[in-house]
Amino acid sequence: MSEIKFVIQKSPRIDQLVADLFAKMPEIEPYRAELVTESYRQTENLPIIKRRSAAFRHILENIPIIIRPGELIVGSNSIAPRGCQTFPEYSFEWLPPEYDTIATREADPFYISPETIRRLDAVHPYWKGKTVSDLAASNMDPEVLDVFKNHGMFTVGNYFYNGVGHLTVNYEKVIKFGYEGIMEEARAELAKLRRGQGDYADRRNFLEAVIESCEAVIGYAHRYAELARREAESCTDPTRKAELLQIAANCDRVPAKGARSFYEACQSFWFVQQLLQMESSGHSISPGRFDFYMYPFFKADLDAGKITYEQAQELLDCIWVKLNDLNKVRDAASAEGFAGYGLFQNLIVGGQDAEGRDITNDLSYMCMEAQMHVRLPQPSLSIRVWNRTPHALLVKAASVTREGLGVPAYYNDEVIIPSMMSRGHTLEDARGYSIIGCVEPQAPGKTDGWHDAAFFNMVRPLELVFSSGVDKGQQIGPRTPDVLQMTTFQQFYDAYKTQQEFMIEMMAQADNAVDAAHRERAPLPFESCMVEDCLARGKSIQQGGAHYNFTGPQGFGIANVADSLAVMRELVFEKHLVSMAEMKQALADNFGKGMIPKKALELTVAAAKVMKDQGVDVTDEHIKAFYSNFLNAATVPADKKKRYDEILSLIDSVPKYGNDIEEVDLFAREIGQTYTKPLLKHTNPRGGIFQAGLYPVSANVPLGYDAGATPDGRLANTPVADGVGPMSGRDTCGPTATANSVARLDLGDASNGTLLNQKFHPSALAGEEGLEKFVAYLRGFFDQKGMHVQYNVVSRETLLDAQAHPENYKTLVVRVAGYSALFTTLSRSLQDDIINRTEQTSTP
Amino acid sequence: METFYDRTGRIFDIQRFSIHDGPGIRTIVFLKGCYLRCRWCCNPESQEYKIEQMTMNGAVKTVGRDMTVRALLEELEKDRVYYERSSGGITLSGGEAMAQPEFAEALLRACHAAGLNTAIETTACAKREVVEQIIPHLDHVMMDIKHMDSAKHKDFTRQPNEQILANARWIAENAAHMVVRVPVIPTFNDTEAEIAAIAAFAGSLPKVKELHLLPYHRLGQDKYTGLGREYTLAHIQPPAAGHMAALKAAAERACGLHVQIGG
Repeated sequence: MSEIKFVIQKSPRIDQLVADLFAKMPEIEPYRAELVTESYRQTENLPIIKRRSAAFRHILENIPIIIRPGELIVGSNSIAPRGCQTFPEYSFEWLPPEYDTIATREADPFYISPETIRRLDAVHPYWKGKTVSDLAASNMDPEVLDVFKNHGMFTVGNYFYNGVGHLTVNYEKVIKFGYEGIMEEARAELAKLRRGQGDYADRRNFLEAVIESCEAVIGYAHRYAELARREAESCTDPTRKAELLQIAANCDRVPAKGARSFYEACQSFWFVQQLLQMESSGHSISPGRFDFYMYPFFKADLDAGKITYEQAQELLDCIWVKLNDLNKVRDAASAEGFAGYGLFQNLIVGGQDAEGRDITNDLSYMCMEAQMHVRLPQPSLSIRVWNRTPHALLVKAASVTREGLGVPAYYNDEVIIPSMMSRGHTLEDARGYSIIGCVEPQAPGKTDGWHDAAFFNMVRPLELVFSSGVDKGQQIGPRTPDVLQMTTFQQFYDAYKTQQEFMIEMMAQADNAVDAAHRERAPLPFESCMVEDCLARGKSIQQGGAHYNFTGPQGFGIANVADSLAVMRELVFEKHLVSMAEMKQALADNFGKGMIPKKALELTVAAAKVMKDQGVDVTDEHIKAFYSNFLNAATVPADKKKRYDEILSLIDSVPKYGNDIEEVDLFAREIGQTYTKPLLKHTNPRGGIFQAGLYPVSANVPLGYDAGATPDGRLANTPVADGVGPMSGRDTCGPTATANSVARLDLGDASNGTLLNQKFHPSALAGEEGLEKFVAYLRGFFDQKGMHVQYNVVSRETLLDAQAHPENYKTLVVRVAGYSALFTTLSRSLQDDIINRTEQTSTP
Repeated sequence: METFYDRTGRIFDIQRFSIHDGPGIRTIVFLKGCYLRCRWCCNPESQEYKIEQMTMNGAVKTVGRDMTVRALLEELEKDRVYYERSSGGITLSGGEAMAQPEFAEALLRACHAAGLNTAIETTACAKREVVEQIIPHLDHVMMDIKHMDSAKHKDFTRQPNEQILANARWIAENAAHMVVRVPVIPTFNDTEAEIAAIAAFAGSLPKVKELHLLPYHRLGQDKYTGLGREYTLAHIQPPAAGHMAALKAAAERACGLHVQIGG
């Protein structure tokens, strides 16, 4: 048995910082929107890249700044704690219609003051027709736009409405050399340019924009230095006064120049992390291998006797708090897909260096400790695991997992490194990977991965098979043969693949339309200056300046599709226990089960509207009757309902994915490949390829809501499976069987990441022995080439109680999907989905 | 020619990822049939050798199926990687595995031949020659000792304890490793004196170092209803944590063993 290493006392400061952060509801602020608009009005004649740097400078010179009480690391994007700015250059039209509901909506509510509304309304008209989102829409083929907006096959909404983010920049370079170092590099590139070369102006503009952005950031840090000095002058507490003067000295130095101490390195890191999220509204700006690049600064201070473990831990804890201070407002629909105020700032410890040596160090453990101290959703803490990961680090990780915070997520080097190499990474770059956002591997500081490029609901093409490509009365997919005429399973399966590939190509066009719009309307000079080879190529990331370029849209619903096709094969085509006509009708009738309440209500409202429009007087009795009919499937006769119950019980008897049955699991593997393989054919405007992810973030709930019943017995409008794992409740042979099934998928082919959620009862990890067995279990899964796994260790009773009494659980953190969130901020349906994921225990 | 891989036995469950029954991560094979009828038994469907119907959550379920060692081994192999990573293996439970000695021996030999670690949860209520047939193929023995008073033992389990206690001594001497476990059942053996008596006996066994006190729970109660049988302990409550601590202290005073609550 090994003890848990690096248990370090938490500074009392941390609890106070956290309490202040959560004192009130997050608020939307108008400052950035006003400043970006002011700047844009004055730069109409400049090239876009310089308009961007001018706007960035204008924002950083003028946006209000604040040092929160007790902070050691400073820099806030909003005056209100956990507040946010808006980014009208990406999209804004969704916001005004939501002013009235945004403070009361289920997922991620924000307060917005009447004054802010007035100020935003004053600048919004400028942006009409000028946003990234407007251009993206006009770049799309009309039928692609229609499918994206109206048919719930896939959504590219994330980057359609927002910045892209989703990268790890070269933090190390800034911390070591400062922005002065980067400006010097840019100037050297400028000096190399020849006036006669065709792209001279483009390169010059870009490099000048980089320099302007770096200057803006240095100026911003100096504003903080001034503020700290002013506050120190009036501060009567000598301890705090000294802290403020130290803060001023730090901000004088970094990030202009290289850091000379661990404290300066932390402050420098923070400005990078914060201001990337001021430049654009992209999320998943991921700190990456923090323990790796910060360690030399810590070690030097430690060796020189300039810092203690306790002091370093306090600084880490402060950064962990700051990561939760950043926030972003999304439209109501997207908020459901990314529920929990997620910014997905993924920070990963452990793993190997470019030479293949393990990099675990003291900071790896202290990052885990910070998560235990702060106990908030950010950062998304991850750990790389390989054969030479120290056992003690895994025990430490297991002890964090046991806390029920949903972190760390575990990643397997032995799968991810070859997977990345298969997509063109060098061995060294693949060894250096970090994780972006939820689960996406990337070569940090070199990549524009466009991870999270779309959600693709794999069960929707299955619905199209039954309708020969018709959805909502419209032919949106290929006219595959009438299912009633099909005689072999192969015909059915082929039709699925045809529909799937068609929709994948539509999604690729949608992504590329958005991609090109970002290139034209929102290139990002600041972000680009920290990513290879942008300076050398004289191009922003958005123009293809990064060394590696990908587009990674993620599919989900493998379990539902695999189980559904297995049911079709066995019950309809092989055993003839259910006829095709029966199955088709059963799906249309939702197996006679009626609609879920939310859908029933929606249909009731629609029906009432139709009646009203026809001049009928709609009474309460009408409404009640409609609602009850939808809820109870009143139009389905009793004998049919009886038969549907028989069909459901037949479906139940067909073996399901997730139970360690090789044949079934290998079929699921093939289903996964129906998504991952066709995607590889497509290319993006930055010179890269598409690569698949297999994970849903939390979109399995809202996109599941858009999908009808499926032959696996899943009812209409209910969530689909939440990652590469089995459908909720269908894995009945325990966690090892589940893990073995998942490991049979071709996970490495989903080089944009895979996601497995498992839920353990706290008793499974009790005591040192529990930790040891948990580590052994994880090792066993990874020995078999599992790629990623994350755990919710919260009892079902606790979650049910939290639903009933949210006031008692304001800081209950749970794992959603690739990230953790505060349970009580999630929508009811997502809460239910989390509760329903199979809880793995063993006999007491 | 029949080999021991072809021997057939009757089981009623296979439980993977068991982490509270012996070292490491284990797969438990529950064999059907037992000589005892412990009133608190949480697996009443394990007691009869015959295949039965049990109603659980409204559905009728057949309890018991016959499997060859070969087929069973295939199932046990599925979690080999987890056994290896955790120093786990397989555990025979029941019922009473020694009630199917030919099958139990064959299964254990097959496991050893495959390099799998073996354990048993046993009442040791069996003829001596059966004990001698099985024990050599086990890496761990978890043996129950329920009461030192034979009459009371018989009253609550339908069997006296003389043979069991004699077997305990033989097993302690001859097994690779043995732990004594005591189910702590209110109204049966939950006084300090009764636990101390068991502890003193366990302490007198050669090579035994650990005593586990397993508090009564009533998770099996619904199964009695499902089998159409009466649960005669409906009136008792699981022992309180404080009482368990007192029993642990009493056991520690009575013997030099490491005593723990829970297995």
